[in-house]
Amino acid sequence: MAKAAESSGDPGTTSPRPLFAGLSDISISQDIPVEGEITIPMRSHIREFDSSTLNESVQNTIMRDLKAVGKKFMHVLYPRKSNTLLRDWDLWGPLILCVTLALMLQRSSVDSEKDGGPQFAEVFVIVWFGAVTITLNSKLLGGNISFFQSLCVLGYCILPLTVAMLVCRLVLLAEPGPINFMVRLFVVIVMFAWSIVASTAFLADSQPPNRKALAIYPVFLFYFVISWMILTFTPQ
Amino acid sequence: GLQLLSEFGDEATSAANPGATTIHIEGPSESPTHQPGLPRGSGGEEDDELLGNDDSDKTELLAGQKKSSPFWTFEYYQTFFDVDTYQVFDRIKGSVLPIPGKNFVRLYIRSNPDLYGPFWICATLVFAIAISGNLSNFLIHLGEKTYHYVPEFRKVSIAATIIYAYAWLVPLALWGFLMWRNSKVVNIVSYSFLETVCVYGYSLFIYIPTAVLWIIPQKAVRWILVVIALGISGSVLAMTFWPAVREDNRRIALATIVTIVLLHTLLSVGCLAYFFDAPEMDHLPAATVAPNQTVAAAK
Repeated sequence: MAKAAESSGDPGTTSPRPLFAGLSDISISQDIPVEGEITIPMRSHIREFDSSTLNESVQNTIMRDLKAVGKKFMHVLYPRKSNTLLRDWDLWGPLILCVTLALMLQRSSVDSEKDGGPQFAEVFVIVWFGAVTITLNSKLLGGNISFFQSLCVLGYCILPLTVAMLVCRLVLLAEPGPINFMVRLFVVIVMFAWSIVASTAFLADSQPPNRKALAIYPVFLFYFVISWMILTFTPQ
Repeated sequence: GLQLLSEFGDEATSAANPGATTIHIEGPSESPTHQPGLPRGSGGEEDDELLGNDDSDKTELLAGQKKSSPFWTFEYYQTFFDVDTYQVFDRIKGSVLPIPGKNFVRLYIRSNPDLYGPFWICATLVFAIAISGNLSNFLIHLGEKTYHYVPEFRKVSIAATIIYAYAWLVPLALWGFLMWRNSKVVNIVSYSFLETVCVYGYSLFIYIPTAVLWIIPQKAVRWILVVIALGISGSVLAMTFWPAVREDNRRIALATIVTIVLLHTLLSVGCLAYFFDAPEMDHLPAATVAPNQTVAAAK
């Protein structure tokens, strides 16, 4: 764009004069080149960033992504008013959590027609379709959050419930009974509350104040249904 | 136009608020954003016979003014979710505690029908019915050695199909029917499709606490709850749609309202019979559903 600005100017006067003189000329005639000039440093910066990742080893790349995912897990487990989860979103964490949850909800019985529990595909559909619906809902209500940022937050905030599922599977190894159920109920309720607190900490600020409850309610329903699936899970 | 409006106002049995209706009809001409190029002359207002059509034209015009963006843009759909928290609470309150003789649409919705309420009320109802049905089955069989608990996850999708089909197809059919009657008989009150969906969605709200209370495995309690819920939401629907058919032939008007209430009864009784096992293993719920089905089919 800078080259184009020079060529559009008078070719006789280009070499001795400073760069800003040519720029001011163009900004008077038409302001589109100035706009282009503004975007150039950012784009070249991104290109530089890309070329730096191009010749690093595969191990470094994977480790960096894993570190990013792990950092976001920590953010969910200890929710603060932070924008890290919103600024650079990824869907790796949600995918890992969703697959883990669906695999653990799978029961070992062979005849899948008889048992009434959720199948792998049903868990998958509920998690992703639910997250997409909640995101669309918050966008339609006028929230200023991007589509994938919201999906990322909702997906990462399943983490406490996945932990609850893991605990439930361990508890179910023990002898079944009312105490067993009470322990599972307690764990699921605590983790459900944790998920709600974490997701609202990230998502609530993106909504206008008079619509926060409308945007938060579907999130509540979403995690409630997942909690119910976890609580009613029985092996065999 | 004025003469007819005053006649409308004189009627003692008027279910709709006459003042609200007047504002509604005169709204577009007072609005400053009215397009001068649009064909809406005074001739249509003088012609009393065309008033029904003219009114529906105006409501369409009003709707067109409100959502100016075309339907493929995101902004067009944002107009359906243009509600604040207090508005949704007011509408829910209005559907749970109906004021006798007051029209739900004119009192609460006021030409701003939203889809937030209907969509999420239906979603909540689906899970409330599926989860509490499952819990009540568990409570009934609690203590039996042979009973093996099953989460019955498939009932969620069945409940979703039933509830969403009812909340969208019945308003669609009703709206089509009212449009067709409007082309034959002059009706002062006419509703848009969104208003119809909105009324139906909010009228289902009372079933959410009802479904949660259906967990109690007592047949008497359940049937009392059904009757209470049906009375409340049925009266909301009847009071809302009665003004829209009042000008029509008495028999057709009554048949419309009876069909609306019967379909509502069928939904609640059907849900109770299908999702909640009877505590005693007799077939009373099934026997009650059958006559309703035949009546609904005959309509």
